[in-house]
Amino acid sequence: MGLLSDPNRRRALTNLLTRLNTPICVLCYLAGVAWFMGLAFEPFTLRTYMSENAMGSTMVEERFPAGERALVTAREFGAHKRKSGAMPVDWLVKTMQSRGLEVYTQSFSRRLPFPDENKERYMVRGTNVYGILRAPRAPRTEALVLSAPCSPDNSNNQAVGLLLGLAQYFRSQIYWAKDIIFLVNEHDLIGMQAWLEAYHHTNITGMDWAPLHGRGGSIQAALSLELSSDVVTSLDLVLEGLNGQLPNLDLANLFYTFCQKQDILCTIQEKLQRSDWDSVSGYSQAVQTMALMVLKQASGRPWGDHGLFLRYHIESATIRGINSFRQYKTDTTTVGRLLEGMFRKLNNLLERLHQSYFFYLLPSLSRFVSIGYYMPAFGFLAVILLLRALDLWVQLGALPSVTEDGVGSRALPLQSSSPSLVSILTPVVISHLTGAALYTLPVLSQELAVQHFPVSETEAVVLTAIAIYTAGLALPHNTHRYSSIAKQGWRVLKLVAVLYLAVLLSCTALINFSLGFILALTLVPVAAFVTPHVPKVLSAVVMVLLAPGCTLLYCVFAFQELQEAPVSLIDGWMLFLSVISQGMLDHALYGSLVYPLLALFIYPCWLILWNILFWK
Amino acid sequence: MAAPLTLLVIVAVTIRAVLFRSSLAELISERVEVVSPLNSWKRVVEGLALLDLGVSPYSGDVFHETPLTIYLYHFVIDYAEIVCMIADGITAVALYLAVQVYNKNVFRKQKYALEADRYPHDCLELMQTPKELFYVPLKVAMFYLLSPFTILSCVAKSTCGINNAIVALFVLCTIKGSALLSAIFLALATYQSIYPITLFAPALIYLLQRLYIPVNLRRQSFWLFTLQYAFMFVGSLVVIVGLSFFLLGSWDYIPSVYGFILSVPDLTPNIGLFWYFFAEMFEHFRLFFICVFQINVFFYTIPLSIKLKDHPVFLMFMQIAIISIFKSYPTVGDIALYMAFLPVWSHLYRFLRNIFMVSCVLLACSALFPVLWHLWIYAGSANSNFYYAITLLFNVGQVLLVSDYFYAYLRREHHLSHGLYLKKKDGSEATLVLK
Repeated sequence: MGLLSDPNRRRALTNLLTRLNTPICVLCYLAGVAWFMGLAFEPFTLRTYMSENAMGSTMVEERFPAGERALVTAREFGAHKRKSGAMPVDWLVKTMQSRGLEVYTQSFSRRLPFPDENKERYMVRGTNVYGILRAPRAPRTEALVLSAPCSPDNSNNQAVGLLLGLAQYFRSQIYWAKDIIFLVNEHDLIGMQAWLEAYHHTNITGMDWAPLHGRGGSIQAALSLELSSDVVTSLDLVLEGLNGQLPNLDLANLFYTFCQKQDILCTIQEKLQRSDWDSVSGYSQAVQTMALMVLKQASGRPWGDHGLFLRYHIESATIRGINSFRQYKTDTTTVGRLLEGMFRKLNNLLERLHQSYFFYLLPSLSRFVSIGYYMPAFGFLAVILLLRALDLWVQLGALPSVTEDGVGSRALPLQSSSPSLVSILTPVVISHLTGAALYTLPVLSQELAVQHFPVSETEAVVLTAIAIYTAGLALPHNTHRYSSIAKQGWRVLKLVAVLYLAVLLSCTALINFSLGFILALTLVPVAAFVTPHVPKVLSAVVMVLLAPGCTLLYCVFAFQELQEAPVSLIDGWMLFLSVISQGMLDHALYGSLVYPLLALFIYPCWLILWNILFWK
Repeated sequence: MAAPLTLLVIVAVTIRAVLFRSSLAELISERVEVVSPLNSWKRVVEGLALLDLGVSPYSGDVFHETPLTIYLYHFVIDYAEIVCMIADGITAVALYLAVQVYNKNVFRKQKYALEADRYPHDCLELMQTPKELFYVPLKVAMFYLLSPFTILSCVAKSTCGINNAIVALFVLCTIKGSALLSAIFLALATYQSIYPITLFAPALIYLLQRLYIPVNLRRQSFWLFTLQYAFMFVGSLVVIVGLSFFLLGSWDYIPSVYGFILSVPDLTPNIGLFWYFFAEMFEHFRLFFICVFQINVFFYTIPLSIKLKDHPVFLMFMQIAIISIFKSYPTVGDIALYMAFLPVWSHLYRFLRNIFMVSCVLLACSALFPVLWHLWIYAGSANSNFYYAITLLFNVGQVLLVSDYFYAYLRREHHLSHGLYLKKKDGSEATLVLK
C-alpha cells in the first residue's frame, strides 16, 4: 500500500502524470489505434479450434441425396407463391404434413411506428409456418431450429425447397435426440420476432401474435438459411446479431469444419480468406474483413434472421448462399450435406454451446481475436479519459489530497467547488433534456411534420431527428449566466463529463465492443482536448466533425467502401438518412439499444463537451 | 432550518412516488443489488400469505423476516409504499437531529479547547467554523434521501429501509444521551439483523463520555454503568424475542432468520463477498470459512474501540460501514446508510488521499453491476466471474473509502495535538505515513 499512503511517492507519480499528460494521452491514442490495426495481423491472432467435446471427435457421414428434388420443390413453392401473391400457407402446411412433420401456423400483425421505405412496409400481417420433427431417441426437452425466410420477391425459394428436402430426409433417420423445428417465417425479422416471442411466452415489443399450438423443447441452436440460386459458388456465414451479440465461436468453427470437409468455399463478410498473410494485400484483406465485422456489430442490428435468437440465449447463425462469377460451383446436394452434418453434430450436444468464446472478432474464418486481445485497444482509449480526469482533479484548486498531502494548502477547495457543482447541473440537465427530445419527438411529431411540410412520414421522422440534433448545438447560449459564479466551473463540468463518458463507453464496450470502440475513437479526442481556451471556430468545426452524428456518416461511407460498393456523396447522404430511420425502426421493432444509447446518453455527453467549448 | 428539511422530504417523496408509479418499479424490485433474500418484498408478501393461511411463514425456505416485521406489515400491507417512504423520512430526520446535536457538542468542545489554548497555534485552519457546521445536518439528510441507493431500495420496497430507520433512531437516542431508548433501539436493530450488536461498544463509550465516566477497567463507576446498559440491552432483547415467540407460538423463526443470516445458505448473487466464495467452495470447508467470514464483521470492534475510544460517533460510523460491507446479504440500502454520514466528516476532506480514485471506482462499479448482470444472465456471453470481479472491486473501493476516512480522522487528531506543520528532528518538513 506504499503507493496509496506514502505521500512522496504519490506526489512523484501525480507530478509525472500531470506534467506529461498530453504526450501520454497522444501516445495512448496512437497505441489504441495501432493495437486495433494489429489485431488483424495473422501472427497476433489465434487459430480457431473446436472447444466443444461433443461436437469435436464424433464421426458423421453425410448422405443427403435429394438436392435435385429440393430444387423441384423450390420451383413448385415459387409457383404457388407467385399465384397467391404472398406466402402459400396452405401449400406449405400440406407439403410439410406429407413429409411427416407436426405442422402448425402462427399469424401475427404489427404496425410499424412509421413506414419502412427500404422494405416498403407499414402494416405488416403475416403467417409463420413451422413443422416439428419429434425426436425418436430422447425425451422432447431440447430442440434445434432450421429456418428459411419467405421473402415477397422471388428470392430465397431454394432455401425453402432445401428446408423441405432436409425435413423429408431427416424424418427417415433415427438418430435424432432433439426435436428439429423447420420454420418458414414471413416478413423476415418481424415474423421471426413474433415466433420467438410466442415460443418463449414473452412480449417485449408490443406485437400482436397468435399463441403457438405446438412447441418443442428448449432451443439449443438455430440456423437460418438463405439461398437464392440453384448452385452457389460460396457460402457466407453471418454472425452479428441484435445489439452486437455474437453466437458462441464453436458454431462458426462447426461451419468452417464442414465447409472444409465438403470442399465448399466459405467466406465471412463475403470476403474470401487469403493465404498470403505476410503480404500487404493479404493483411489488408484481413483488416477489411475485421473492420466490416466491427461496423456491422456496432450497428447493433440483426444482420440475418438468426439475430433475434441470440437474445433468448440460443446460439444461431445465418448461412447465406452467394452466387458470383467464379468457375467453381457447389450444388444443392452438397449444401444439404453441409447442413445435415452440422445438425447431426448439434444433435450430439449434451449441453448448450458454452465452451468457446462469446466475445471475438474474426479477421477470417480460421482466425479469431478474443476479448483479451482486443480489449486493450479500447483500454488505451479509455485510459486517456482517466488521465484527463486526474489532470483536471489536480488543476481544480490544487487539491490537498493530491498535491501537498493535506498540509499547507491555504484555500479550502470545497468552498470554490461546491457552488460550481450546482451551477454545472444546468448544462447537464439541459443536455439530457435535449437527448430525451431527440429520443421521443421524431416519432411523436411525424404527423405534424407531414401536415406542414411536403415530406413523407419516414423523411419527416429522420429530418426531425436531424433538426433536433442540430438545434441542440445552439443550446450553450442558454447556460452562460451561471458560469459567472465560478471561474473554475468549466473544469468541474469537464471532470464530470469526462468521467461520465468513460463510464458510458466502458459499459458500451462490454456489451458491444465495436460500438464502444468506434465511439471512443471519435469522442475521446474531443473529450480530452476541449477547453474554453482553444481557438473557438476551428475547435467548433473539429468538434462537429467528430460528433456522434458525423461518426455515423463516416461509418456509412466506410461500410460502403469496404463492401466494394463505394457511393457518391449524394447517395451516401441518402443512405445515411435511411440508416437513421432503420436504427429507429430496429429499436421499435426488435428492441435494439443503439438508438436510445446514442440519443439519451452519448449525444448529451457530447453536448456537455460542446458547452465547455463555449464556456465564458 | 426546518423549511429546507421539509422541502427536501417533499422532493424525496415526490421522486419516490413517481418511481413507484412508473414501470421501473417492477424492474428495480427484481435487481439483486437492491433486494436480498432477507429483505425482498416478494418474500414478505409470500410470508404474509402463509400467515393468513394459518401456516407458519417460516415453514418454507422463502421467508426470513423477523416476526415483528411481518406483524407490522400485516397491518399496513396495503400501504407498503407509504411505509417505505415514512421509514426513509424517519431515518433522514433522525440522522438530521442526531448530527445537529453532535455538531453542537463538537463545536462546544472545540470552543473550550480554544479558550483553554489547548491546540497548537498553526492549527487554526483545522477548526470547524459554525458556517460549515450549519449545513452539515441538512447535507446528511440530503445524502440519505436523495442518494440513488436509498431511492432504489425504497422503490423496491425493501425492508432494509426499516432496519436503517431503527439504526438511525438508535444513533439519535444515543447522541441525545438517553440510555434506555438507545438500548431498546439497539436491541431492536440486533433483533432485526444480529450485526448491529457491534454498535454496543460505541454507544456505551458515548454514553460513558456524556456522563463523564472515564473508560477505566479499574473504576467501579465504569462497570456499574456498563452493567446497567448491558442489562437494559439484554432485557429489551429478551422482551422482544419473547414477544415474537408469543406472537407466533413457536421458535421457528430463530433458525430461519438468524440461522439464515449466519450460515448463508442462499447463494443468490449480491453485492457482497459471500456468495461466490461459498458457491465455489468444497462443502467440508464451509463451516470454517463461514466462521472466518462472519468473524470479519465482529472482529474490528475491539481494535477500533481501543483506537477510537475518545471518538465514539466516528466509531459508530466505522462500525455501520463495516457491517454494511462485510454482512452476509448486503444491499445498496445498507451502503446508503453509512454514506449519509460522509458530510459529517467533510472537514477531513483535505486529509483524504484516495477520494478521487475511490469515488471513480465506486461510480464505475455501480454502473457496471447491471451491465455485467445483463451479460451473464440475459446474454449468456459472460459468466459469474465477471460479475464477481465487479463485486470485489466495489467492496475494495468501499474498504479503501472507509480506511481513508479512518486515516484522515486520526491524522487530524494528530495534527490537533502536535501542530500542523510537523518538523523532523533535523528541521526539514516531515510527512505522516500510514504503515
